[in-house]
Amino acid sequence: MVSNGNEHDIQVEGLQKNFGELEAVKDLELQVPHGEIFGFLGPNGAGKSTTIRMLCTLLRPSGGSASVAGYDIVTEAPEVRRNIGLVAEKIILYDRLSAKENLYFFGRMNHMPEEEIKQRSAKWLDRLGMTEWKDKLTGTFSTGMKQRVNIARALLTSPRIMFLDEPTLGLDPQTTRAIRSFIKEMGEQGITVILTTHQMAEAEMLCDRISIMDHGTIVALDTATKLKGLIGNGEGTVLDVLIDGLTEEMRQAITSLPGVKGLAESEAGRLRITTTRPSALGAVMQAVRDGGGTILSMNTLEPNLEDVFLHLTGAEMRVELSSVVPSGHPQMGRTKRVR
Amino acid sequence: MKRIIGFFRDALHIGGKDLKDFYRDRARIISFLIMPIFMMLLTGFIFPSQSSLKNLPVGLINQDGGPVSEEMISVFSQMKTGDTNVMKLKPLASEDEAKQLIKEQRISGALVFPEGLSDSLKNKQQGQVIIVTDQSNPQISSLLTGMLEQALSGMGTQMETQAIADMTGGRMPQEAITAMVTPIQVQTRGLIAGNPNYFQFVAPGVMAMVTVMAVMMGLAGSVAREKETGTLDGLLVAPIARGSIVMGKTFAQTVRGLAQGAMVLAIAMIFFGVRVYGNFALLVVMLILGIFSFVGLGILISAMVEEQETAMTIMMTVTFPMLFLSGAFFPLQQMPGFMQAISKVVPLTYVVEGLRQVMVLGAGFTQVLRPVLILLAFGAVTLAISIPAFKRVVTR
Repeated sequence: MVSNGNEHDIQVEGLQKNFGELEAVKDLELQVPHGEIFGFLGPNGAGKSTTIRMLCTLLRPSGGSASVAGYDIVTEAPEVRRNIGLVAEKIILYDRLSAKENLYFFGRMNHMPEEEIKQRSAKWLDRLGMTEWKDKLTGTFSTGMKQRVNIARALLTSPRIMFLDEPTLGLDPQTTRAIRSFIKEMGEQGITVILTTHQMAEAEMLCDRISIMDHGTIVALDTATKLKGLIGNGEGTVLDVLIDGLTEEMRQAITSLPGVKGLAESEAGRLRITTTRPSALGAVMQAVRDGGGTILSMNTLEPNLEDVFLHLTGAEMRVELSSVVPSGHPQMGRTKRVR
Repeated sequence: MKRIIGFFRDALHIGGKDLKDFYRDRARIISFLIMPIFMMLLTGFIFPSQSSLKNLPVGLINQDGGPVSEEMISVFSQMKTGDTNVMKLKPLASEDEAKQLIKEQRISGALVFPEGLSDSLKNKQQGQVIIVTDQSNPQISSLLTGMLEQALSGMGTQMETQAIADMTGGRMPQEAITAMVTPIQVQTRGLIAGNPNYFQFVAPGVMAMVTVMAVMMGLAGSVAREKETGTLDGLLVAPIARGSIVMGKTFAQTVRGLAQGAMVLAIAMIFFGVRVYGNFALLVVMLILGIFSFVGLGILISAMVEEQETAMTIMMTVTFPMLFLSGAFFPLQQMPGFMQAISKVVPLTYVVEGLRQVMVLGAGFTQVLRPVLILLAFGAVTLAISIPAFKRVVTR
C-alpha cells in the first residue's frame, strides 16, 4: 500500500454522474482526511449512493475526477479496490455459503493468504458476535445477523477506507446500536469511514463531519454542531406548534413571515417551524389567531439536522414523527423527538 | 505469467463457489437431473421409431377364413421387434367395428381379409387385402403400413414364384424365376452396421441442445442473480480482473452443461440403444466447442440484463427457435429455403452436425474440421464483442 503522506484519503473534484437525462451527482467537491468518519446525509435519491458507488469504482463518473487512497478512481481502479472495503445497500453474501465460507471466498477474491483469512475471519466474527453461527448458511440468518457478517467481510482485508451505504437500514434496534458502536471503533482504529445515512441521529452520533446532500449536490458540509449553527447564526430556534383549525392559508401566512426559514407539518395540525429570530414566535402566534386557529401547545426546540436540511433546501427530508404516529391520530402525537 | 495464473486462480475460485452454490440448491439440482431425462423421453414419444412398434393392438377382420388368410395371420402374429411381437391381433367382426375402435384409440390400425380372398387367388385372380390406418398418428401408421405392405408383398412374391414354378413344371431354374419376378434387387449400404433408429439421429441434437442451453441459461441466470442480490458488487470491488469473473462463471456452467450432456448420452445409450461410433474424446471436444461458440452470446445477454427473469425470457426467445433451426430434431433439408439459410448462421447447427458426424458416422477429427473451424470462429467473434461489452456495462 502506498502511503500518501498528507494527501487526503478522498479527494473529489467536480465529480458528476448522469443517468440519461437525470443528473444524479453534480459538480461534487470534497476532501476527506485520513481517519475521519465522514457522513453523507440526505433523502433517498439525493445522490449519496451514486457518489459512494463512483468512489468504489462501481460506477464510471460522467465528469470530474476523484481519487481514493491517492489513486484515481478511473485510471487506477485496481489500486483503489485494494484499499477499500464496501458495505453496500444490498448485503454482499452468498445465501448458500456459510458465514465462514463467505469470508473465505471473499478473502481469496482479495488474494489474501489462507492463514490470514482464517485468523481474521475468526477475529471479526468473534468481535461481531457471530462465532456461534459461523458454519450456518447465511441464507438462514436474520437481516441483522447478515449485516454483521457482511461487515466482517468488508473488514477482512483491513481496508484503509471503509464505505458504508446505509449500514443500519432496516435493522433491529439492538443490531443498529451494535453496528453504530462498531463504526465508531473503526474510526478510532484509524480507518477512514465514509457513511451514508438518512437518519439524522446516526450521522450526528458517528460522523466527524457531515455533508448534507440534496438533488446531487452538497448543500452544506461541516461538523454537526456547526451545521446546526447555520440556522440564524446560532440564534435559530425551532417552534413545535400544535394548532386546532390549521388551514392552508395559515400555513402560507406563517411561511411568508420574516424570520421563518422553513415549515413542516410533522403530523396533522402540528407544525415544525424553523426560525432565525426570536421575534418570530410572536408573529407566528399572531398569524394563527388571524387565521382563526387556536394554539393548543407550543415548544421551543434546539434545531436538529433535519431542521438544518429544511432550512437549507426548503424541503422536508423525512418526517420522522409521522412515521412513528400514523397521521389522522393527532392526539397521540405527544412523542417528543429523542435527541 | 504470474498475472495469467492469478487470473485463472480467481476464475477457478469463482467457478467453484458457483458450483457449490448450485449444488446446495435443491430445486435447481432436481430440475438439473430431470431435464435431460425428460427431453430424451419426450423426443421418444413425439418421434416413434421402428423399435417402438411393440405389441401394437391391431384389429383383424377375417371374412375370408381360407388357407391364404390363415397363413398371412400366422406370419403377422409372428413378426417381432427384438423379443417382442410387433402386433397383437385382435379379432373383430367388421371394418366398421375397427373404425369405431380406432376412433376410441383402442387399436392402432386394422387388417381386413375380404370374403373370397383365398378363392380368388386359387382361381388365378388378384386378391385384395385392406389396411385401415389411424390417421391421427401418422408416424405409427406409416411405420405399420410400411411393415405390413412389405410383408404382404413378400408373400405375394413367394406366391408368384410358386405359381410360375407350377406353370413351367420345373423346366425353369429357381434363379431365373426369381429374376423374372423381382428383376431388380435393391441393396442399401450404410457406413455403420445395422439400421440406426431415429434416436441415433436425434440424440446428438438433444445432447447439443441440452448442453448449450444449460450453459447459456446458467450463465445469464447466474450473473443476473448476482446483480439482483447485490453480490456482484462484492466481486467488482475485489482487485480481480473482470474477465476472471466471466471466466469463472463460464467454467462452472460448462461443468454443469457437460454433466447434463453426459446424462442425455447415457440415457440415450442405455434406454434407446444409441451408440457412439466415433471417438469419445472427439465427441467431448465437439460439445466443448459448442459451448465455446455460445458463451459470448450468453455473456452479452447477461451483461445487458438486470433481472433473472428477464435473462430467462431472452434466453428462451433466443434458444427456442434455434432448436428447430439447427436440425436437432428434423433434417435441415425438410425446411424451406429461407429457413435453411437462417440455419447456416445458427452455431447450434454446426454443433449438431459435428456431433452427428462423430456419433453416427464415426467421423474423425479431419472430417469434422469444417464445423470445428466454424464454431471456433463463432466463439472468437462473439467473445471479442461480449467481453469488452461486459466490462463496460458492469461499471456503467
